[in-house]
Amino acid sequence: MSDKRFPLDWEYAPAPESAAIGRIAERYRMFVGGKFVDGRGDDLKTVNPATEEPLATVSTADAADVDAAVGVARKAYDKVWSSMPGAERGKYLFRIARGIAERARELAVVETLDNGKPIKESRDVDVPTASSHFFYHAGWADKLRHAGLGPDPRPLGVVGQVIPWNFPLLMAAWKIAPALAAGNTVVIKPAETTPLSILVLAEIIADADLPPGVVNILPGAGEVGRTLVGHPGIDKVAFTGSTEVGRQIQSTLAGTGRRLTLELGGKAANIVFDDAPIDQAVEGIVNGIFFNQGHVCCAGSRLLVQESVAEEVIGKLQQRISTLRIGDPMDKNTDVGAINSAEQLGRIRELTDAGDDEGAQRWTSPCPVPDRGFFFPPTVFSGVSQSMRIAREEIFGPVLSVLTFRTPDEAIAKANNTPYGLSAGVWTEKGSRILGMASALRAGVVWANTFNRFDPTAAFGGYKESGFGREGGISGLAAYLQEED
Amino acid sequence: MADRVTVAKTYKLFVGGAFPRSESGRTYQVTSPSGAFLANAALGSRKDGRDAVSAARKGFGGWAGATAYNRGQVIYRIAEMLDGRAAQFEALLVEADGLSARAARASVAASVDRLVHYAGWTDKLTAVLGSSNPVAGPFFSFTSPEPTGVVVAVAPQQDSLLGLVSVIAPVITSGNAVVVIASTERPLAAVTLAEVLATSDLPGGVVNILTGDPAEIMPHLAAHGDVNALDLTGVGPELRTELERAAAGTVKRVYAPAAFDPTKEPGLGRLRAFLEFKTVWHPTGAVSLAGGGGY
Repeated sequence: MSDKRFPLDWEYAPAPESAAIGRIAERYRMFVGGKFVDGRGDDLKTVNPATEEPLATVSTADAADVDAAVGVARKAYDKVWSSMPGAERGKYLFRIARGIAERARELAVVETLDNGKPIKESRDVDVPTASSHFFYHAGWADKLRHAGLGPDPRPLGVVGQVIPWNFPLLMAAWKIAPALAAGNTVVIKPAETTPLSILVLAEIIADADLPPGVVNILPGAGEVGRTLVGHPGIDKVAFTGSTEVGRQIQSTLAGTGRRLTLELGGKAANIVFDDAPIDQAVEGIVNGIFFNQGHVCCAGSRLLVQESVAEEVIGKLQQRISTLRIGDPMDKNTDVGAINSAEQLGRIRELTDAGDDEGAQRWTSPCPVPDRGFFFPPTVFSGVSQSMRIAREEIFGPVLSVLTFRTPDEAIAKANNTPYGLSAGVWTEKGSRILGMASALRAGVVWANTFNRFDPTAAFGGYKESGFGREGGISGLAAYLQEED
Repeated sequence: MADRVTVAKTYKLFVGGAFPRSESGRTYQVTSPSGAFLANAALGSRKDGRDAVSAARKGFGGWAGATAYNRGQVIYRIAEMLDGRAAQFEALLVEADGLSARAARASVAASVDRLVHYAGWTDKLTAVLGSSNPVAGPFFSFTSPEPTGVVVAVAPQQDSLLGLVSVIAPVITSGNAVVVIASTERPLAAVTLAEVLATSDLPGGVVNILTGDPAEIMPHLAAHGDVNALDLTGVGPELRTELERAAAGTVKRVYAPAAFDPTKEPGLGRLRAFLEFKTVWHPTGAVSLAGGGGY
């Protein structure tokens, strides 16, 4: 990509990772009671979203399989896991953490092939963070009495978990590790379009010799998830996904007394003040919205920029976005990979069309877009007002909406003017303003002069319609333990 | 013939620090366990519920923004005011709730102690429940609890004073504002507590007390877009399911304990139920000091 300041044309040669490292099998099966078994549901074919070619056939669960899995999870809870000394439980989690690290390269390739995210992200973010979640929670297993939840906090029982397609392996780790550390057993359903990496994780779990039934994995579509969260044998439900499905789950569980945590959508404001270090802010904006193709519930999808620097920021932003490389996710130089499915691509197109219709100005990165696979080029809308759909609804794609503000109070009012409250960003050199903004923003995570940072020791989760409950840290652990009134 | 005619009281609601009648103009008769007429109480309507939510929203900002030290002092002041009127509450619990003098004394004392207990929590919650997170990178990351906002609660139908105090206190300790529906059959401790609250230093709108029928008022508040959380302690199983379903429309936090014994020493569950946890990240500059870029 040439740049006026640097007349040299630095083209990168392709640097593809080998798909062979992923060792994708022809067929994958459910993991129930410590064994890989065929489900009674219809087989599904998972496709590589970057090529639209089928990757593997996956056996799925039906209602009877859900029932059976909940049964073995209950048995494992009663007979083995809940009464096992924490120190021993912890050792299994340490084994799994190491197992993930040992097979990191393979997992990264599987994740990229199945999800479409750039290999540099699955390699540098998803897989190492998944491992670190098991490592962190392993250490909790024998220290629960120090978590501030009473002298002998008890697990809840059998946990039903449903996870999304945007971080298939990472979400599995976020959900399974704390549940197990606290002494619960798990039945988990991965997303229909991304079942593969969690089934490799199942191999790691089996190799770790985890007692049968402690973790059970049921691939399938929404119906399997509905059956699982409504199953009377479940003591707690944990869900990550859309706010719409979260509402349905909360409604299903109404009156049952079963515990629930929800990690739902977001429409984060990324707020740039005029004294911000503009170049670094531009990097943060790009990371905030184009990381993982914008398939991130906490993505910084609303840029709020102070009016006096708006022109400069948008100019530099467009220049920077123009250097992003979109294309083969398996290429180590790729910045923006494939949209996960045709359906998701359709949704992004619908919302961006609404942006045009409502009068926002669309700017599209001039980068070349592959002619097959599901791709959407990085897009920025300016002249956005708060009432537009692109400012209100979660787009879940590489689409940024830019609004402006004059005063900090106006920035806060606009940032908080959303039913969501998952995350926010603040860019300014003034320390007191960072802390003042951080406390005024109604969001569960505030990144100041940085964006999209995650760590198992730090709580993550939302206010308002972004859900309730936290993942990571002590408050994440508390979601899997009984607490006295 | 009696020496003098007793004063028949008509109680009102407690909303935004004032004592309005129900906008519906309705009242209902409160009787003692033996059936004797005691007083008229306001039969709150859904509009009263909405007014109380607006008042709570107005009260929330200032209360949440007050220092923990200040909130602790105010809650302690409520305890003082209640203690000063202990004799009145004891007589009321004997007459209206049918408690023995001894049980009434114990209940009032426990209510005062409960307020004192929570008064001492305001400035410790952040230290006990918050954390500085040792993240794997050059960042300062900390997590602190914050109030969730406006909480709508139904007080237990039994234990009309201690139950009510046990529901209100943990909610306001962390900086939330509350709308609470008092025990329908036994509302007199609640309306009298409103007089205590009004003459303490509690800002208007932080606690709002409604009397009436939860089955009439709650469905609207459970679906209300400006309510952040529900405490269904005093709600029976049937209504509970309906309210939880209504709450799902706005993904409201719902606290619905299977059973609640206000005489038990409180844990942290009720405090945590109405808290959000906010995690803030900032680069530490460690990279910059090592010669790289600071962000």
